[in-house]
Amino acid sequence: MSFVVNALTRSLNVFHLAGSPCNNCDIEILDALTPRYDLERFGIVLVGSVRHADVLLLSGAFNKKSTIRAKHVYDQAPKPIVVIAVGNCACTGNIFRDSYNIDPPIGNVIPVDAYIPGCPPKPEAMISAVAKLIAKLRGSK
Amino acid sequence: MNYGILALKVLVFPGLLFTAVVGLVTTWIDRKVTAKVQMRVGPPFLQPFYDVIKYMVKETCIPAGSSKLLFLSAPLVGLAAVTAGSTIVWNALIWPGRAFVGDLIVVLYLLTMPAISVVLGSFASRNPLASLGGSREMKLIMSYELPFVLACIVPIMKAHSINLGEILAGPAAVTSWSGVVALVVAMICMQAKLTLVPFDMPEAETELTGGAYVEYSGPPLGIFKLTRAMMLFTMPMFLVAVLCGGIAFDGGVVGIVLGVLKYVGLVVVTVLIRNTAPRVRIDQAVKFFWGTMTIAAVVALVLAYLGW
Repeated sequence: MSFVVNALTRSLNVFHLAGSPCNNCDIEILDALTPRYDLERFGIVLVGSVRHADVLLLSGAFNKKSTIRAKHVYDQAPKPIVVIAVGNCACTGNIFRDSYNIDPPIGNVIPVDAYIPGCPPKPEAMISAVAKLIAKLRGSK
Repeated sequence: MNYGILALKVLVFPGLLFTAVVGLVTTWIDRKVTAKVQMRVGPPFLQPFYDVIKYMVKETCIPAGSSKLLFLSAPLVGLAAVTAGSTIVWNALIWPGRAFVGDLIVVLYLLTMPAISVVLGSFASRNPLASLGGSREMKLIMSYELPFVLACIVPIMKAHSINLGEILAGPAAVTSWSGVVALVVAMICMQAKLTLVPFDMPEAETELTGGAYVEYSGPPLGIFKLTRAMMLFTMPMFLVAVLCGGIAFDGGVVGIVLGVLKYVGLVVVTVLIRNTAPRVRIDQAVKFFWGTMTIAAVVALVLAYLGW
Protein backbone atom coordinates (compact mmCIF):
# COMPACT_ATOMS: atom_id res chain seq x y z
CA MET A 1 0.00 0.00 0.00
CA SER A 2 1.48 3.29 -1.06
CA PHE A 3 1.96 6.36 1.10
CA VAL A 4 -0.50 8.36 -1.01
CA VAL A 5 -3.29 5.77 -0.89
CA ASN A 6 -2.79 5.52 2.87
CA ALA A 7 -3.29 9.27 3.29
CA LEU A 8 -6.22 9.33 0.85
CA THR A 9 -8.12 6.58 2.63
CA ARG A 10 -7.43 7.93 6.12
CA SER A 11 -8.81 11.38 5.46
CA LEU A 12 -12.25 11.34 3.84
CA ASN A 13 -14.26 14.53 3.44
CA VAL A 14 -17.85 13.61 2.70
CA PHE A 15 -20.16 15.74 0.56
CA HIS A 16 -23.78 14.71 0.85
CA LEU A 17 -25.93 15.20 -2.24
CA ALA A 18 -29.64 14.53 -1.85
CA GLY A 19 -31.54 13.89 -5.07
CA SER A 20 -35.22 14.08 -4.10
CA PRO A 21 -35.03 11.66 -1.18
CA CYS A 22 -37.74 11.09 1.46
CA ASN A 23 -35.12 12.26 4.03
CA ASN A 24 -34.99 8.90 5.84
CA CYS A 25 -31.56 8.05 4.45
CA ASP A 26 -30.37 11.61 5.17
CA ILE A 27 -31.40 11.30 8.79
CA GLU A 28 -29.55 7.98 9.05
CA ILE A 29 -26.47 9.58 7.44
CA LEU A 30 -26.60 12.32 10.08
CA ASP A 31 -26.98 9.61 12.72
CA ALA A 32 -23.75 8.06 11.50
CA LEU A 33 -21.98 11.39 12.09
CA THR A 34 -23.23 11.86 15.65
CA PRO A 35 -20.93 11.40 18.69
CA ARG A 36 -22.43 7.92 19.25
CA TYR A 37 -20.75 6.56 16.11
CA ASP A 38 -18.05 9.28 15.84
CA LEU A 39 -16.84 8.86 12.27
CA GLU A 40 -14.04 11.38 12.91
CA ARG A 41 -12.18 8.42 14.45
CA PHE A 42 -11.58 7.29 10.85
CA GLY A 43 -10.89 10.80 9.60
CA ILE A 44 -14.36 11.16 8.08
CA VAL A 45 -15.89 14.64 8.28
CA LEU A 46 -18.83 16.25 6.52
CA VAL A 47 -17.96 19.25 4.31
CA GLY A 48 -20.20 21.87 2.75
CA SER A 49 -18.53 22.28 -0.65
CA VAL A 50 -18.02 19.55 -3.24
CA ARG A 51 -14.61 21.09 -4.03
CA HIS A 52 -13.38 19.86 -0.63
CA ALA A 53 -14.89 16.39 -1.01
CA ASP A 54 -13.26 12.98 -1.32
CA VAL A 55 -16.53 11.08 -1.04
CA LEU A 56 -19.76 11.93 -2.83
CA LEU A 57 -22.71 10.51 -0.91
CA LEU A 58 -25.87 10.14 -3.02
CA SER A 59 -29.29 9.52 -1.55
CA GLY A 60 -32.78 9.44 -2.99
CA ALA A 61 -34.32 8.50 -6.35
CA PHE A 62 -32.71 10.81 -8.88
CA ASN A 63 -35.32 12.22 -11.26
CA LYS A 64 -34.94 13.78 -14.69
CA LYS A 65 -33.90 17.14 -13.21
CA SER A 66 -31.73 16.09 -10.28
CA THR A 67 -29.75 13.59 -12.39
CA ILE A 68 -28.41 16.47 -14.53
CA ARG A 69 -27.44 18.37 -11.35
CA ALA A 70 -25.82 15.27 -9.85
CA LYS A 71 -23.68 14.82 -12.98
CA HIS A 72 -22.75 18.51 -12.79
CA VAL A 73 -21.74 18.21 -9.13
CA TYR A 74 -19.72 15.07 -9.92
CA ASP A 75 -17.85 16.93 -12.67
CA GLN A 76 -17.09 19.78 -10.25
CA ALA A 77 -15.52 17.48 -7.67
CA PRO A 78 -11.71 17.20 -7.55
CA LYS A 79 -10.55 13.72 -8.58
CA PRO A 80 -9.89 11.10 -7.25
CA ILE A 81 -13.34 10.88 -5.71
CA VAL A 82 -15.32 7.94 -4.35
CA VAL A 83 -19.06 7.80 -5.00
CA ILE A 84 -21.38 5.97 -2.61
CA ALA A 85 -25.10 5.43 -3.24
CA VAL A 86 -27.02 5.23 0.04
CA GLY A 87 -30.42 3.56 0.23
CA ASN A 88 -32.57 1.53 -2.13
CA CYS A 89 -33.68 4.61 -4.09
CA ALA A 90 -30.15 5.70 -4.99
CA CYS A 91 -29.15 2.08 -5.72
CA THR A 92 -32.03 1.00 -7.99
CA GLY A 93 -34.81 3.60 -7.97
CA ASN A 94 -36.78 1.40 -5.56
CA ILE A 95 -40.59 1.60 -5.99
CA PHE A 96 -40.20 4.81 -7.99
CA ARG A 97 -38.19 3.25 -10.80
CA ASP A 98 -41.13 3.04 -13.24
CA SER A 99 -42.36 6.56 -12.54
CA TYR A 100 -42.65 8.94 -15.49
CA ASN A 101 -40.15 11.42 -14.00
CA ILE A 102 -37.44 9.02 -12.81
CA ASP A 103 -34.29 8.52 -14.83
CA PRO A 104 -32.39 5.23 -14.88
CA PRO A 105 -30.55 4.59 -11.57
CA ILE A 106 -27.83 7.14 -10.83
CA GLY A 107 -25.21 4.39 -11.22
CA ASN A 108 -25.75 4.53 -15.00
CA VAL A 109 -24.80 8.24 -15.09
CA ILE A 110 -22.09 8.49 -12.42
CA PRO A 111 -19.58 5.69 -11.69
CA VAL A 112 -20.70 4.49 -8.24
CA ASP A 113 -18.07 2.70 -6.12
CA ALA A 114 -20.30 1.32 -3.39
CA TYR A 115 -24.00 0.63 -3.04
CA ILE A 116 -25.54 0.55 0.43
CA PRO A 117 -29.04 -0.94 0.17
CA GLY A 118 -31.69 -0.47 2.85
CA CYS A 119 -34.76 1.66 3.36
CA PRO A 120 -33.10 3.36 5.15
CA PRO A 121 -29.78 1.56 5.83
CA LYS A 122 -28.67 1.57 9.46
CA PRO A 123 -25.66 3.72 10.44
CA GLU A 124 -23.86 0.45 11.23
CA ALA A 125 -24.47 -0.73 7.65
CA MET A 126 -23.02 2.53 6.29
CA ILE A 127 -19.93 2.34 8.49
CA SER A 128 -19.44 -1.31 7.52
CA ALA A 129 -19.75 -0.41 3.82
CA VAL A 130 -17.26 2.45 4.13
CA ALA A 131 -14.83 0.18 6.00
CA LYS A 132 -15.12 -2.46 3.24
CA LEU A 133 -14.66 0.19 0.56
CA ILE A 134 -11.54 1.53 2.28
CA ALA A 135 -10.14 -2.01 2.54
CA LYS A 136 -10.82 -2.55 -1.18
CA LEU A 137 -9.23 0.77 -2.17
CA ARG A 138 -6.12 -0.08 -0.16
CA GLY A 139 -5.92 -3.58 -1.59
CA SER A 140 -6.50 -2.66 -5.21
CA LYS A 141 -3.88 0.11 -5.49
CA MET B 1 24.12 37.39 8.49
CA ASN B 2 25.08 34.24 6.67
CA TYR B 3 22.42 33.49 4.01
CA GLY B 4 22.67 29.72 4.54
CA ILE B 5 21.81 30.03 8.22
CA LEU B 6 19.04 32.51 7.38
CA ALA B 7 17.51 30.07 4.88
CA LEU B 8 17.77 27.27 7.44
CA LYS B 9 16.04 29.47 10.01
CA VAL B 10 13.19 30.40 7.69
CA LEU B 11 12.64 26.96 6.15
CA VAL B 12 13.41 24.51 8.97
CA PHE B 13 13.73 25.91 12.49
CA PRO B 14 11.96 27.99 13.73
CA GLY B 15 10.35 28.70 10.37
CA LEU B 16 8.27 26.66 7.94
CA LEU B 17 8.89 23.03 8.94
CA PHE B 18 8.85 23.52 12.71
CA THR B 19 5.81 25.82 12.64
CA ALA B 20 3.93 23.49 10.30
CA VAL B 21 4.57 20.37 12.40
CA VAL B 22 3.74 22.03 15.74
CA GLY B 23 0.76 23.81 14.14
CA LEU B 24 -0.65 20.52 12.86
CA VAL B 25 -0.15 18.92 16.26
CA THR B 26 -2.03 21.91 17.73
CA THR B 27 -4.95 21.32 15.35
CA TRP B 28 -4.97 17.72 16.61
CA ILE B 29 -5.19 19.06 20.19
CA ASP B 30 -8.02 21.32 19.01
CA ARG B 31 -9.94 18.44 17.40
CA LYS B 32 -9.26 16.03 20.27
CA VAL B 33 -10.42 18.50 22.94
CA THR B 34 -13.50 19.24 20.80
CA ALA B 35 -14.18 15.50 20.64
CA LYS B 36 -13.79 15.17 24.42
CA VAL B 37 -16.19 18.09 24.99
CA GLN B 38 -18.72 16.30 22.76
CA MET B 39 -18.05 12.98 24.55
CA ARG B 40 -16.56 11.11 21.61
CA VAL B 41 -13.20 9.55 20.81
CA GLY B 42 -11.87 11.98 18.22
CA PRO B 43 -9.33 11.66 15.41
CA PRO B 44 -6.01 9.77 15.65
CA PHE B 45 -2.81 11.71 16.35
CA LEU B 46 -1.62 11.76 12.72
CA GLN B 47 -5.00 12.88 11.31
CA PRO B 48 -3.96 16.50 10.47
CA PHE B 49 -0.88 15.17 8.65
CA TYR B 50 -2.99 12.72 6.60
CA ASP B 51 -5.35 15.58 5.76
CA VAL B 52 -2.59 17.83 4.45
CA ILE B 53 -0.93 15.02 2.45
CA LYS B 54 -4.32 14.12 0.97
CA TYR B 55 -4.96 17.72 -0.13
CA MET B 56 -1.53 17.78 -1.77
CA VAL B 57 -2.34 14.81 -4.05
CA LYS B 58 -5.87 15.88 -5.01
CA GLU B 59 -6.80 17.62 -8.24
CA THR B 60 -6.82 21.44 -8.31
CA CYS B 61 -10.04 22.76 -9.83
CA ILE B 62 -9.84 26.31 -11.15
CA PRO B 63 -13.33 27.81 -11.52
CA ALA B 64 -14.15 29.19 -14.97
CA GLY B 65 -13.78 32.97 -15.22
CA SER B 66 -11.75 33.30 -12.04
CA SER B 67 -8.57 35.32 -11.76
CA LYS B 68 -6.18 32.39 -12.11
CA LEU B 69 -2.97 34.04 -10.90
CA LEU B 70 -4.54 35.59 -7.79
CA PHE B 71 -6.60 32.45 -7.07
CA LEU B 72 -3.48 30.27 -6.98
CA SER B 73 -1.03 32.75 -5.41
CA ALA B 74 -3.25 33.91 -2.51
CA PRO B 75 -2.63 30.77 -0.36
CA LEU B 76 1.13 31.15 -0.89
CA VAL B 77 1.02 34.78 0.32
CA GLY B 78 -0.65 33.66 3.55
CA LEU B 79 1.79 30.78 4.05
CA ALA B 80 4.83 33.02 3.46
CA ALA B 81 3.51 35.67 5.86
CA VAL B 82 2.80 33.26 8.72
CA THR B 83 6.19 31.57 8.18
CA ALA B 84 7.99 34.93 8.41
CA GLY B 85 5.91 35.97 11.44
CA SER B 86 6.60 32.75 13.30
CA THR B 87 10.32 32.96 12.48
CA ILE B 88 10.56 36.50 13.91
CA VAL B 89 8.62 35.61 17.09
CA TRP B 90 10.73 32.52 17.73
CA ASN B 91 13.93 34.35 16.88
CA ALA B 92 13.07 36.83 19.66
CA LEU B 93 12.01 34.05 22.05
CA ILE B 94 15.20 32.01 21.68
CA TRP B 95 17.73 34.77 21.06
CA PRO B 96 16.24 37.95 22.65
CA GLY B 97 19.50 39.81 22.00
CA ARG B 98 19.21 39.29 18.23
CA ALA B 99 15.73 40.80 17.90
CA PHE B 100 15.63 43.99 15.83
CA VAL B 101 13.94 47.30 16.68
CA GLY B 102 10.33 47.37 15.51
CA ASP B 103 9.95 43.60 15.03
CA LEU B 104 6.73 43.75 17.07
CA ILE B 105 5.20 46.00 14.41
CA VAL B 106 6.46 43.75 11.60
CA VAL B 107 4.86 40.72 13.29
CA LEU B 108 1.57 42.61 13.75
CA TYR B 109 1.50 43.28 10.00
CA LEU B 110 2.59 39.75 9.05
CA LEU B 111 -0.10 38.15 11.21
CA THR B 112 -2.76 40.18 9.36
CA MET B 113 -1.56 38.90 5.97
CA PRO B 114 -3.10 35.37 6.15
CA ALA B 115 -6.55 36.91 6.65
CA ILE B 116 -5.95 39.30 3.74
CA SER B 117 -4.82 36.37 1.58
CA VAL B 118 -8.14 34.65 2.34
CA VAL B 119 -9.98 37.82 1.24
CA LEU B 120 -7.95 37.98 -2.00
CA GLY B 121 -8.43 34.28 -2.75
CA SER B 122 -12.14 34.37 -2.10
CA PHE B 123 -12.74 37.40 -4.32
CA ALA B 124 -10.58 35.86 -7.07
CA SER B 125 -12.64 32.65 -7.13
CA ARG B 126 -15.75 34.25 -8.72
CA ASN B 127 -18.26 32.57 -6.45
CA PRO B 128 -21.06 34.48 -4.71
CA LEU B 129 -20.68 32.45 -1.49
CA ALA B 130 -16.91 33.00 -1.50
CA SER B 131 -17.24 36.75 -2.06
CA LEU B 132 -19.76 36.95 0.78
CA GLY B 133 -17.28 35.09 2.99
CA GLY B 134 -14.50 37.38 1.78
CA SER B 135 -16.46 40.54 2.59
CA ARG B 136 -17.23 39.19 6.07
CA GLU B 137 -13.55 38.40 6.58
CA MET B 138 -12.67 41.95 5.53
CA LYS B 139 -15.14 43.48 8.00
CA LEU B 140 -13.79 41.17 10.69
CA ILE B 141 -10.18 42.26 10.03
CA MET B 142 -11.20 45.92 10.28
CA SER B 143 -13.07 45.31 13.53
CA TYR B 144 -10.53 43.25 15.51
CA GLU B 145 -7.31 44.98 14.45
CA LEU B 146 -7.99 48.15 16.48
CA PRO B 147 -8.45 46.51 19.93
CA PHE B 148 -5.68 43.98 19.14
CA VAL B 149 -3.12 46.68 18.37
CA LEU B 150 -4.26 48.71 21.42
CA ALA B 151 -3.78 45.61 23.60
CA CYS B 152 -0.28 45.15 22.15
CA ILE B 153 0.61 48.75 23.09
CA VAL B 154 0.31 47.86 26.81
CA PRO B 155 3.55 45.77 26.90
CA ILE B 156 5.20 48.43 24.72
CA MET B 157 4.35 51.08 27.35
CA LYS B 158 5.63 48.79 30.11
CA ALA B 159 8.96 48.10 28.42
CA HIS B 160 9.31 51.51 26.69
CA SER B 161 10.39 49.61 23.59
CA ILE B 162 8.99 48.18 20.33
CA ASN B 163 11.67 45.49 20.33
CA LEU B 164 10.36 42.00 21.18
CA GLY B 165 13.70 41.12 22.78
CA GLU B 166 13.52 44.09 25.19
CA ILE B 167 9.86 43.38 26.01
CA LEU B 168 10.85 39.78 26.83
CA ALA B 169 13.76 40.97 28.98
CA GLY B 170 11.45 42.94 31.30
CA PRO B 171 8.80 41.52 33.65
CA ALA B 172 5.78 39.91 31.96
CA ALA B 173 3.00 42.42 31.26
CA VAL B 174 0.39 39.98 32.53
CA THR B 175 1.70 40.32 36.11
CA SER B 176 0.05 43.79 36.26
CA TRP B 177 -3.67 44.70 36.13
CA SER B 178 -3.34 46.47 32.78
CA GLY B 179 -1.61 43.37 31.39
CA VAL B 180 -4.46 41.11 32.54
CA VAL B 181 -7.06 43.29 30.77
CA ALA B 182 -4.84 43.46 27.67
CA LEU B 183 -4.44 39.66 27.65
CA VAL B 184 -8.22 39.11 27.81
CA VAL B 185 -8.75 41.57 24.94
CA ALA B 186 -5.91 40.04 22.91
CA MET B 187 -7.25 36.50 23.45
CA ILE B 188 -10.72 37.42 22.21
CA CYS B 189 -9.15 39.18 19.21
CA MET B 190 -7.06 36.04 18.64
CA GLN B 191 -10.28 34.03 18.47
CA ALA B 192 -11.44 36.30 15.64
CA LYS B 193 -8.01 36.34 13.98
CA LEU B 194 -8.11 32.55 13.81
CA THR B 195 -11.76 32.76 12.59
CA LEU B 196 -12.87 30.27 15.22
CA VAL B 197 -16.40 30.14 16.66
CA PRO B 198 -17.98 32.56 17.73
CA PHE B 199 -16.26 34.59 14.99
CA ASP B 200 -16.26 32.08 12.12
CA MET B 201 -18.66 33.98 9.86
CA PRO B 202 -16.20 34.04 6.92
CA GLU B 203 -16.49 30.25 6.70
CA ALA B 204 -19.94 29.68 8.14
CA GLU B 205 -20.24 25.98 7.25
CA THR B 206 -23.99 26.09 7.70
CA GLU B 207 -25.01 28.96 5.45
CA LEU B 208 -21.96 29.71 3.27
CA THR B 209 -20.82 26.05 2.89
CA GLY B 210 -17.17 26.85 3.55
CA GLY B 211 -17.46 30.57 2.65
CA ALA B 212 -14.15 32.02 1.55
CA TYR B 213 -12.70 28.59 0.74
CA VAL B 214 -15.73 27.28 -1.17
CA GLU B 215 -14.03 27.06 -4.61
CA TYR B 216 -10.66 25.87 -3.34
CA SER B 217 -9.61 22.26 -3.82
CA GLY B 218 -6.43 20.21 -3.74
CA PRO B 219 -3.05 21.78 -2.91
CA PRO B 220 -4.26 25.43 -2.58
CA LEU B 221 -6.89 24.33 -0.05
CA GLY B 222 -4.24 22.25 1.71
CA ILE B 223 -1.98 25.31 1.93
CA PHE B 224 -4.86 27.37 3.37
CA LYS B 225 -5.50 24.65 5.99
CA LEU B 226 -1.78 24.50 6.76
CA THR B 227 -1.69 28.29 7.11
CA ARG B 228 -4.61 28.13 9.55
CA ALA B 229 -2.81 25.43 11.54
CA MET B 230 0.36 27.52 11.62
CA MET B 231 -1.64 30.58 12.73
CA LEU B 232 -3.11 28.47 15.54
CA PHE B 233 0.48 27.98 16.69
CA THR B 234 1.91 31.43 15.94
CA MET B 235 -0.87 33.58 17.43
CA PRO B 236 -0.83 32.08 20.97
CA MET B 237 2.98 32.02 20.80
CA PHE B 238 2.96 35.73 19.93
CA LEU B 239 0.76 36.46 22.95
CA VAL B 240 3.03 34.33 25.15
CA ALA B 241 5.99 36.37 23.93
CA VAL B 242 4.41 39.83 24.15
CA LEU B 243 2.16 39.58 27.22
CA CYS B 244 3.09 36.47 29.21
CA GLY B 245 6.86 36.78 29.41
CA GLY B 246 7.85 34.19 26.81
CA ILE B 247 9.69 30.93 27.41
CA ALA B 248 12.63 30.97 29.84
CA PHE B 249 15.18 28.90 27.92
CA ASP B 250 17.85 29.78 30.47
CA GLY B 251 15.60 28.52 33.30
CA GLY B 252 16.30 24.88 32.50
CA VAL B 253 13.59 22.24 32.13
CA VAL B 254 11.21 24.06 34.53
CA GLY B 255 11.39 27.28 32.50
CA ILE B 256 10.71 25.51 29.21
CA VAL B 257 7.85 23.43 30.66
CA LEU B 258 6.29 26.59 32.13
CA GLY B 259 6.56 28.32 28.76
CA VAL B 260 4.94 25.38 26.97
CA LEU B 261 2.19 25.29 29.62
CA LYS B 262 1.42 28.98 28.97
CA TYR B 263 1.03 28.18 25.28
CA VAL B 264 -1.09 25.04 25.85
CA GLY B 265 -3.26 26.99 28.32
CA LEU B 266 -3.99 29.70 25.76
CA VAL B 267 -4.80 27.08 23.10
CA VAL B 268 -7.12 25.08 25.38
CA VAL B 269 -9.03 28.22 26.46
CA THR B 270 -9.42 29.12 22.77
CA VAL B 271 -10.72 25.64 21.97
CA LEU B 272 -13.14 25.69 24.90
CA ILE B 273 -14.52 29.08 23.81
CA ARG B 274 -14.96 27.69 20.29
CA ASN B 275 -16.87 24.71 21.62
CA THR B 276 -19.21 26.48 23.99
CA ALA B 277 -20.17 29.63 22.07
CA PRO B 278 -22.61 30.00 19.16
CA ARG B 279 -21.68 32.04 16.10
CA VAL B 280 -22.52 35.77 16.24
CA ARG B 281 -23.62 37.85 13.24
CA ILE B 282 -21.03 40.05 11.53
CA ASP B 283 -22.72 43.29 12.69
CA GLN B 284 -22.72 42.01 16.28
CA ALA B 285 -19.02 41.18 15.95
CA VAL B 286 -18.15 44.64 14.60
CA LYS B 287 -20.17 46.31 17.38
CA PHE B 288 -18.52 44.07 19.97
CA PHE B 289 -14.96 44.79 18.81
CA TRP B 290 -15.39 48.51 18.18
CA GLY B 291 -17.44 48.94 21.36
CA THR B 292 -16.74 46.68 24.30
CA MET B 293 -13.32 45.41 23.25
CA THR B 294 -11.92 48.81 22.23
CA ILE B 295 -13.16 50.37 25.50
CA ALA B 296 -11.55 47.52 27.46
CA ALA B 297 -8.29 47.98 25.54
CA VAL B 298 -8.35 51.73 26.24
CA VAL B 299 -8.95 51.01 29.94
CA ALA B 300 -5.89 48.73 29.85
CA LEU B 301 -3.88 51.52 28.22
CA VAL B 302 -4.96 54.05 30.88
CA LEU B 303 -4.08 51.57 33.65
CA ALA B 304 -0.68 51.02 32.04
CA TYR B 305 -0.18 54.80 31.79
CA LEU B 306 -0.99 55.14 35.51
CA GLY B 307 1.62 52.47 36.19
CA TRP B 308 -0.72 49.67 37.35
